[in-house]
Amino acid sequence: MPVITMREALRQAMDEEMARDESVFLMGEEVAEYNGAYKVSQGLLEKYGARRVIDTPITEEGFTGIGVGAAMTGLRPIIEWMTHNFGLMAMDQVLSNMSKMRYMSGGQFKVPMVVRGPNGPAEFLGSQHSQALQSYWAHCPGLKVVAPSTPYDAKGLLKTSIRDDNPVMFLESEMAYGWKGEVPENEYLIPLGEADVKRVGKDVSIISYSKPIKMILEAAALLETEGIDVEVVDLRTIRPLDEETIYQTVRKTNRCVIVDECWPFASVGSHIAYLISRNCFDQLDAPVEYVSSEDVPMPYNHRLELAALPSIEKVIHAVKKVLYV
Amino acid sequence: MTKTMEAPKTKQESRIKKYDTAWLKKLLHEMLLIRRFEEKCDLMYGLKKIGGFCHLYIGQEAVSTGCMAALDLKKDYVLTSYRDHAHALSCGMHPNVLMAELFGKITGCSKGKGGSMHLFDAKKNMLGGNGIVGSQIPVATGVAFKIKYNNEDGVVLCFFGDGAIHQGAFHESLNMAKLWNLPIIYICENNMYGMGTSVSRASSVCNLSIKSAAYGIPGKQVNGMDVLEVYEELKSSIKRAREDKTPSFLEMKTYRYKGHSKSDPEKYRTTEELNKFKQDDPIIALKALLVEANEFSEEEYQQMEDEIKLLCEESVKFAEESPEPPLEELYEDVFV
Repeated sequence: MPVITMREALRQAMDEEMARDESVFLMGEEVAEYNGAYKVSQGLLEKYGARRVIDTPITEEGFTGIGVGAAMTGLRPIIEWMTHNFGLMAMDQVLSNMSKMRYMSGGQFKVPMVVRGPNGPAEFLGSQHSQALQSYWAHCPGLKVVAPSTPYDAKGLLKTSIRDDNPVMFLESEMAYGWKGEVPENEYLIPLGEADVKRVGKDVSIISYSKPIKMILEAAALLETEGIDVEVVDLRTIRPLDEETIYQTVRKTNRCVIVDECWPFASVGSHIAYLISRNCFDQLDAPVEYVSSEDVPMPYNHRLELAALPSIEKVIHAVKKVLYV
Repeated sequence: MTKTMEAPKTKQESRIKKYDTAWLKKLLHEMLLIRRFEEKCDLMYGLKKIGGFCHLYIGQEAVSTGCMAALDLKKDYVLTSYRDHAHALSCGMHPNVLMAELFGKITGCSKGKGGSMHLFDAKKNMLGGNGIVGSQIPVATGVAFKIKYNNEDGVVLCFFGDGAIHQGAFHESLNMAKLWNLPIIYICENNMYGMGTSVSRASSVCNLSIKSAAYGIPGKQVNGMDVLEVYEELKSSIKRAREDKTPSFLEMKTYRYKGHSKSDPEKYRTTEELNKFKQDDPIIALKALLVEANEFSEEEYQQMEDEIKLLCEESVKFAEESPEPPLEELYEDVFV
């Protein structure tokens, strides 16, 4: 099976969907002639031309809204945000229009649109370029939120997201674009709303998604040497949330650690912690632990930055805490 | 209009000579329908049948009517702001489904889940109604993008007020529309006040039509109280958009007789100012043109009034008798 990078997996997904459906187009800053700020759209302009791969001025609010109008009237836009941090300029278009057009028109319109780009901290980028914004999108009804952690998941999920008739916020990661993984040559799709058990275990469940998954699997390998057998569940989709798999793993191990890069207050992770505490109360042998980013803006200094992020040490510490060891 | 010139003795001597009389009466009918419908909404709001925000279009009828008269809604699109009842009527939406929507009933155009600011009709290419000032402008630009992408020959009319023109969304949209040669006409309905703030207090320049010049788009001021002037301007802008695939910007100088919304005490303007603008009432003006040219009698006008009065009363009856949406409807239409 071919081994390809995350960026190549995403590129293949867009390429295949654009070849399959003429109404799919890609729009964003530097996606065409620059081949993508992170080279995800490499070669797409050359293959599909300027009609379907469109460079925009720096106008997130404007071109995200253009995506909404185009989607309402029959096209299938892929809107690329250079990072979700810049997407904050378009928050009104996402929350007030994209997520609500269908509902407030009484079901007359659909908005088959994907907004994709890197989300969350990379390294050395400072506070304004390091925000993990999934909580804002996950909070709003009317949006689907997808966050793959491997090239295999990324390709299958992006293809499905593009084919979904609903608005999808697709979260990538700068640091993960170079990660490699096996991706089948033949076409495949991964349904939204299905978590994936990345590591089977029996002592503790670690529930996470996106970039931290890689680090968590490394922590799991270290814990194995200490005789602690960790099960790792990769959500893959945040909304719709695969509650069944979440409760299944917690009922199996009776202990749970949630990991994500959000700030801790009212986040995706804190909400999942609530759901587990409420729905698995009798099966829990310890309170749910949540490893999030620290409740501070991201500093530039690298040591401080690493201290602000979830880490192998913090995960191991949390696992041992719920095991009372 | 109603001013200095001697009244013509025949249609041939009149300003309206090049227009079909039946068509002119249709325009009058539509403006009058908007006026009476909005007056009915005013009443219904006072009776608490309509809740929340209610932004009335009274006084501005010539803009909506004149603009939509130049459109072909089989291929053209309309997007507007929360002051959208008139645009809905001008796009051919029935008073029944509008009043039912305002009453929050399941028979409303948005199944009672939209309300006054969210009137939509996909089949008539009326894409709403938007509650956020200026938020519709990028969306409208996206519809024009779709037209160009598909090589269609439709155009988009994007309406917004003088208050919206300072939003970043306006500037971003016009820039891209011109950059990409999109078939869209941006129409600023300048009724002189953004809620309680006059244009002179909100804008560094008071001639709003020049604001598109920064984006290479020609801008023009139009007398928004004259339905025929509005119509003629739209005809040429639409032709330009359809044939040359190039955007335009029109500043409609108009005036609202009522407050910004139902809760507005209107302390920011004088009665003198209001009465001055009422002298240019678009409905009275068009009626006068027809009467003076011997194309319209008082009896005919009274018939029109009676018919419209009945339409409005029936819309209230329809709304009253329609059921509420069932509770299950709360969870419908979040996703496809």
